[in-house]
Parts: sequence; C-alpha cells; structure tokens
Amino acid sequence: MATTDIVPQGAGGQLGGNRIVNDMSIQVATVNGSGSQSSNTVLLRAIFQMGVPISGKNLFPSNIAGLPTWYTIRANKDGYIGRKKEIDFLVAMNSETARDDVMSLAAGGSVLYDEPLALNKLRDDLIFYSVPYDKIVATVCPEAKLRKLVKNMVYVGVVAHLLEIEMGEVEKAIRKQFAKKVKAANLNLAAAQAGFDYAKANLQKRTTFCIERMNKTAGKIIVDGNSAAALGCMFAGCTVVTWYPITPSSSLVETMIDYMKEYRIGPDGKATFAIVQAEDELAAIGMVIGAGWAGARSMTATAGPGISLMSEFAGLAYYAEIPGVIWDIQRVGPSTGLPTRTSQGDILCTAFLSHGDTKHIMLIPSSVAECFSMASEAFNLAEQFQTLVFVMSDLDLGMNNWMSDPFEYPTAPINRGKVLDKDDLLKLGGFARYKDLDGDGVGYRTLPGTEHPAAAYFTRGSGHNDKSNYSERPDDYENNMERLNRKFETARSFVPRPEILKGDNAKIGIIAYGTSHWGVSESRDQLRKEYAIETDYLRLRAYPFTREVHEFIEQHDRTYIVEQNRDAQMLSLLRLDIKPELTTRLRSISHLDGLPLDARSVTDELTMMEGK
Amino acid sequence: MVTTPTTQPKTNRIGLSVVDYKGGKTTLCAGCGHNAISERIIEAMYDMGVQPERVAKLSGIGCSSKSPAYFMNRSHSFNSVHGRMPSIATGAMLANRNLVALGVSGDGDTASIGIGQFVHLMRRNLPMIYIIEDNGVYGLTKSQFSATADLGSKLKSGVLNDLPPIDTCGLAIELGATFVGRSFSGDKRQLSTMLKAAIAHHGTVMLDVVSPCVTFNDHEGSTKSYKYVQDHEETLQEMSFVPHFEEINVEYDAGTTTSVTMHDGSHLQLRKLEEDYDPTDRIAAMKRLSEAHDKGEVLTGVFYVNTKAPSFIDMLNMVDQPLATLPESITRPGREVLEAAMEELR
Repeated sequence: MATTDIVPQGAGGQLGGNRIVNDMSIQVATVNGSGSQSSNTVLLRAIFQMGVPISGKNLFPSNIAGLPTWYTIRANKDGYIGRKKEIDFLVAMNSETARDDVMSLAAGGSVLYDEPLALNKLRDDLIFYSVPYDKIVATVCPEAKLRKLVKNMVYVGVVAHLLEIEMGEVEKAIRKQFAKKVKAANLNLAAAQAGFDYAKANLQKRTTFCIERMNKTAGKIIVDGNSAAALGCMFAGCTVVTWYPITPSSSLVETMIDYMKEYRIGPDGKATFAIVQAEDELAAIGMVIGAGWAGARSMTATAGPGISLMSEFAGLAYYAEIPGVIWDIQRVGPSTGLPTRTSQGDILCTAFLSHGDTKHIMLIPSSVAECFSMASEAFNLAEQFQTLVFVMSDLDLGMNNWMSDPFEYPTAPINRGKVLDKDDLLKLGGFARYKDLDGDGVGYRTLPGTEHPAAAYFTRGSGHNDKSNYSERPDDYENNMERLNRKFETARSFVPRPEILKGDNAKIGIIAYGTSHWGVSESRDQLRKEYAIETDYLRLRAYPFTREVHEFIEQHDRTYIVEQNRDAQMLSLLRLDIKPELTTRLRSISHLDGLPLDARSVTDELTMMEGK
Repeated sequence: MVTTPTTQPKTNRIGLSVVDYKGGKTTLCAGCGHNAISERIIEAMYDMGVQPERVAKLSGIGCSSKSPAYFMNRSHSFNSVHGRMPSIATGAMLANRNLVALGVSGDGDTASIGIGQFVHLMRRNLPMIYIIEDNGVYGLTKSQFSATADLGSKLKSGVLNDLPPIDTCGLAIELGATFVGRSFSGDKRQLSTMLKAAIAHHGTVMLDVVSPCVTFNDHEGSTKSYKYVQDHEETLQEMSFVPHFEEINVEYDAGTTTSVTMHDGSHLQLRKLEEDYDPTDRIAAMKRLSEAHDKGEVLTGVFYVNTKAPSFIDMLNMVDQPLATLPESITRPGREVLEAAMEELR
C-alpha cells in the first residue's frame, strides 16, 4: 500500500532543500482515553534523549474519554520551550477534528493521517503522508481489543522515520515508559517498529524538518510542575496535606502521596505525615489552618473555584495569624470556566482573598525548578510571618512536561518562625501573643500542648488586643490592623526577588510572571532580531512587590505587563503600589484564550502598540 | 511551672485545684444553659485529672462558641468561623495526636451552616468531644429558628416552626460517631457523668446538650424551654462513672446494668431504666430516637457506645510523636533521596 500522494505545487516552505534542524512543533490530534499519552511521551523522550531541548503540552477536554485532545511537542535547538503558535507537523488521528486541524495549518506544513480520513483532498499547499494504521497494527497485535491502544504507537515509528528520530532512542523511551510491564513494552515496540518499517518502505520524505543529535539535554530531567511541587513540599518538611480533588491541582497531591509513601515512612513503618482528602475546599483549608495552628507544616492544593470557597477561612488565617501554604494551580475562570485550560486569572482575587482589609503573600513560580524551590520558601515564609502563603502556579506549568536542570537540594534550613516552647516560657514567665516586640510586626506564638501554665492563648477571628483577649476597643482594632500592615511591609524584604535582565540602553521594560516568562523570553529575541527593539525584562516572583519592581518601572519610559488574564490583574496590583505619576507608564498585554502564551502573540501586540 | 499554694485544700490526681480549670468571666445571659455546661466541663476535666495544657478548645460562631472563653484558661482555644470548627479540630489533631480536643458548637453552628463539616467529622471518628449546646434558636442574631427546632415550636413573636428538626444524635450514630448521647444543661449529675465518660473515650463523642436560651426561647410554646424539657424528659439510664484511677467498689447487677469499659480502663455503668435497651446496638439506638421523636419525648442518656472501632488517628498510622514537633532530620529527606528522584526523571 504505497502512498500515491503527489508533491503538491506551492508547498514550497518545506521543500526548498534546506533542512530545518531541531526547530519545529509537532501536534498530535487524538481522542482522549485512547492511550495516546504514552505514545506522545515516548516521542517527546526520544527527541530529548537525542539532546534536543523539548517541551510537551497537552490540550485536553474536561472529559474522561471520547473528546478531542491535542498534544504539542516543541523541539528547539535554542532552548525556547514556550508554546509555538504555528504547527509544523500534524499527526491527525481524530476524524472529528481532522478537517479543522488541517485547515488551520499554515501553508507548507506536513500532515500525517490515517488513510481512511483521506485528508489530502482538503488542501493542495500541504505535504500529506497517509498511513493505513489498522492494517499495520493488525500484523503486530493479534489481540483485537489491544489494537486501539497500540495503534497510537505506530505513528511514533512513522514520525521517527520522517523526522529522522533514532529508533534506538524510541526503544529506550518505550522501555522507560513501560518499565514494569515487559510484555506491554514489547508489544508497543513492535508497533513503533512496524510504523517505522512501513514509512521507510512506502513514504517518501518531503518534509524538510528533522531532528539531529545535539548535546543540550545532558543531565536534564523532564517533569511537570505539579510533580516538582510535590517533591518540593516533601523536602520542605511538610507534615499535613489536606485537599479536595480539582483539576488541574489533583496530580500535585496524588504525586505527593506517592513520594511521601516512598520517602517519608519512618523505620517503624509509620508515617511522618498525614494526607487527608477533605469533603470540600472549605474543610481542606480549615484543616490546613487547624494543623498550622497546632504547629504542623500544612498545605493544600486547589484551583480557582477552590480559592473562591476558601475566602472566609483565608481571612481568618490572616487575622488570627496562622501559617499554611496554598497551591493555586490556576485554570480559566470565572466560575467553572474552562477547567482544563491555563490562565493567570486568580492574581487579584488571591492577593486580597476575603472580606475586610486582607492581603496575602503570593509566590509565583515560572519553572518546574521554581515549583520545587518555592515550596521550601513558601513554608518558611508562612511560618516566619504566621500567615498563609499562596503559590500561584497554573495549568500549563502544573500539568505539562518541562525540561529542567535537576533540582538543587534546599540550602536554607527549615525555619519554624517565632515559636516559644516550655523552656522559653520558664524563662519569660509569660507572653503576649500579638505584641510586636521586634518591630517587624510578627508576634510570638505557642503551640497547643506546650506544657506550661502560661502557654495558652485564645485564638479568634473576632477583634482582639495584643494579649489575644476579645476586644472591641477602637484603638485595639486599629493598632492590630496597623501591625498586620507592618508585617506585610516586612515581608517585602523577605519574599523572592524578581529576576531582572537588562538589554542595551533599553527604554522599554517588560514585566511578566509565571509561565508568561517563556513566551516573553522568546519574544524579546524576536523583537531584537526582527524589529531592533531592545527591552529590559523583570520577572516577578512574588507579591508584595520588592523595591526592585518600583525602580524598574521608574527606569523605563514605558513598561509592558504581559499576563494571561483579561483585566490586567498584575498591572492593577502594581498600579496600587507605585507612585501615582508612574502609573501612566504601564501598558497591558493580555492573553486570554486559555492556551499557553506564545512568543509571536507578544511580539505582534507589543510592536503594534509601539507603532511598528 | 505549676505553683501549688500551701493553703490549697483540695487538688485532683495531678495536683491541680479546680481554679486551674477556670476560665474568664462569662458574658452570656444570666441563667443561660451554656454557663451550666461550662461548669460541668470544668468539673469533669478536674475530676478526670486532665492536664489543661493538653486540651484544645475549639468552637465555631455563636453564643455557644463563645463559651470556651469561660472555662479552662490554661488550655489553648480556637474560636474559628461559623460552622467550620470540625475542620479546624481535624487539622489540629493531625498536627498533634496527643491533644484532647474539646469542641463546643451550637445548633445553628452544627445543624445549619455546619452540617457539611459535622457529618464528615462523624464519619471519620476523629478522637474528640463534640458538644452541641442546643437551644433551637439563634441567640446572637436575636431569635431565629435553627434546624434543631421542633415542628410547631413557637418563637416569642408567635411564629411557628413549620419544618421538621434534624436529630443530630440520630445522624451522628448513623454516620459513625462512636459515643453518642443527649443530656440537659440542668441535669448536673447526668451531664457530668457523660462528660467524664467522653474524656475516657477514644473516638468521636457527640453530645447534644439541650441548653435553654433564657432570652429568646424559654417561653410557653417553645420545646427547648426549661419547663418543656423538665416536663418531657425521658431518661434511658441512670449512669455512674468509675475512672480508671479509682477502684470499682459498687456491685452491679448485669441484668439491670450495662457496664462499658472505656479505652482508658474507666467504667461507665448504665442502669437501665428501659428494659432491653442495649447502647451497643446501633440500629436499636436509631429506632429508639425515632420513637422518641414521634412521641414528643426529650430522650436523654447514652444512646450508643462503640469502643472497638478504630479512630481516624489510628487509621492514619502516624508516628507516635506529634507531627508538629518532628525535627528537620525527620521531615526533610537527605540528598540521596533527591538524587534518586532526579534519576527517575532523567
């Protein structure tokens, strides 16, 4: 069954004879629940093992099986691992979306499709490769019911041939993927090999894209942000995890359960932790606060709807001054929104979560390495400042595969903050819970169970004086609120500092945070190369803002705030914080389609606003 | 450091006097049932010789939830948010399994806004004592019906309650609480005995204590008034309690008295006032509660005890030392663990 596809006229982009090496995006369109995740991971790993920087992004529906799913692998020799807007190579496995998938490609792209779909009729400016998957899979998989699962591995072999990915690396990746199932590994390997052999015998490569071995991934790891966070929390000394399942945060706790069971069981077989699935997010944060009050390093992980539910308790923790760590793996809101798409839409509501004058510390990781390292920072800050710390990750970071240097073992010791024990109380005789003895706004606390008659104090969300007694006195209320503010101001000097990259005498500044970093980094290079626009760049890593943020805005004629929400939420927070005369220097670049931010969108928007 | 004045006449088994269990001055109304319950808690904790520093007092919002400020000042206390005390208690017990958790809630705090957390607390069998100070009415917001108000009960304004009550005891038994009873704030002896048994129990103790609101719900036509309860109380058992540190020197007749051996070795003796009532029979307990409801009785006593079921803390298989105070050497794995985890991801 040889392909009869003719090289179309006009499909010149990839036909010029110039090989495009290690710079492409491959999109695999499948149906969720069809086992394509394994195939995509194998493809990703095989390229990674050849030393080429990669990233893998899963665009999936809120559904268990039967709806369309797209997986995009980007390979890039320069290390750009944000989303690429254009798709260069489409693997069309889903009949329902195939037409749209093909129609949306730019001219010159390549399409690999299941023969019965006959997609080559749709356009004449693309390169088509047709593969009879069912026939191929029948020869390697006698068991009919397994064929559906193995079918996807056939395209891995075909793609390997067309893009010159070494089959030795494909085999290695399959063996890793099915490490504990030799039979499954063999079956999948046979399927991939059959695809490869078919392609070799029947398809004439016309695509100019190819993968060549290089050495940019040596020693690196591939991991998703939620797993990185789970690992980080384990090394942060977390002892209590309470949670309620919600996409896209569930895998954070589920991975943590695995890690904790493996590495945090004592020699007596007993757990040095407790992980409890709560009845809802209200209970999840309530348990975090109860545990934090009683001295545990406690945390939960959630997403927007959970954040909304936690609002009341967040105010209690702020006002009664109780530590805890909340991971918000942001997804698209409002309400249920798009539960499986990415966003940075919880920034503003989380900063001020709850009624009254409430504000919270937020840490914002951009990378899997920061998901790991900020876990320890978050717990230390929470206990140092006796307050909740929100770690604002997102679906793109949390659930997608990212290449990274291996994580560094935490160097800062675990800081339990100002906690008085029995011996301290024997010396002091007593203490006032909310008295600001050190001028930093942070009082001393004791833990329930401390064996001293003066250890106890009364924790309440109602008005209180510095001895934690009930008080409705105006001066007690005001003094307490001012002290809480002082504490927040102190935190400015302790939260992670921004990362600043200076260009050459740039008049334009860009501020971004979280996963917007990847699109912005690549966009800055595009701006320099294509438009000769120099930019300075500040990557925010925390709220409250540190001194450097104010200076950065002051140093530039105009500063673009790039973020993934409609209402320019971080820009709004900045506007509240900077000198009024500087507010006119801020410009917003918003991205809100639920897809990870790509560089081209930033470049286009910024150049348009610059009048280029 | 505990200082014992030389003139102190009476101390308990750990050398503390009853003053060491006192709290602040109550700000509740004179005659409020809740104050009597606070007194009984003080007595029971003193009599059982519980170290006050080991006790964590927990509450939600409402008149009842203020009351932890009025007993046991030497215990940590957490007056949290409305209806959510169970999650705070759960978190605290996860952090420190050695605490004696004592929760005080109200009927609004439990049966309306807090019913979600209440039912899940019951099914976890978390070791804690959960007291509902039950007056059928919202006091702090000045007299609205709660979800435990009986059908046909009347507010001062003349408004009749037209919805059936939630029986928190029946619910607790059905869901898995392992010590469930009802008492009356005016019944010193019964409530004190029940509280002591509660302290001896390891698992969720749910005590619904009818505690009249003298300001808003103690009038003619209310089913939660002192008079109504006195007129309609049906008591299942006459109970006595022998703590583990005292010898049993009263004989009892196995035919008329059920003796329950509590987790700490104490004995709760229940002399049956109703023949054949077996407090270890879950189904019978729910049936009897249902009958009481139909007959308009205020049924009191220990409805159900199960000393065999594992508690939530048992099920979590945690180390003996409280998680809260585990040192870094235990909670942060070594470099070799990170290296192994990195290798898996390469």
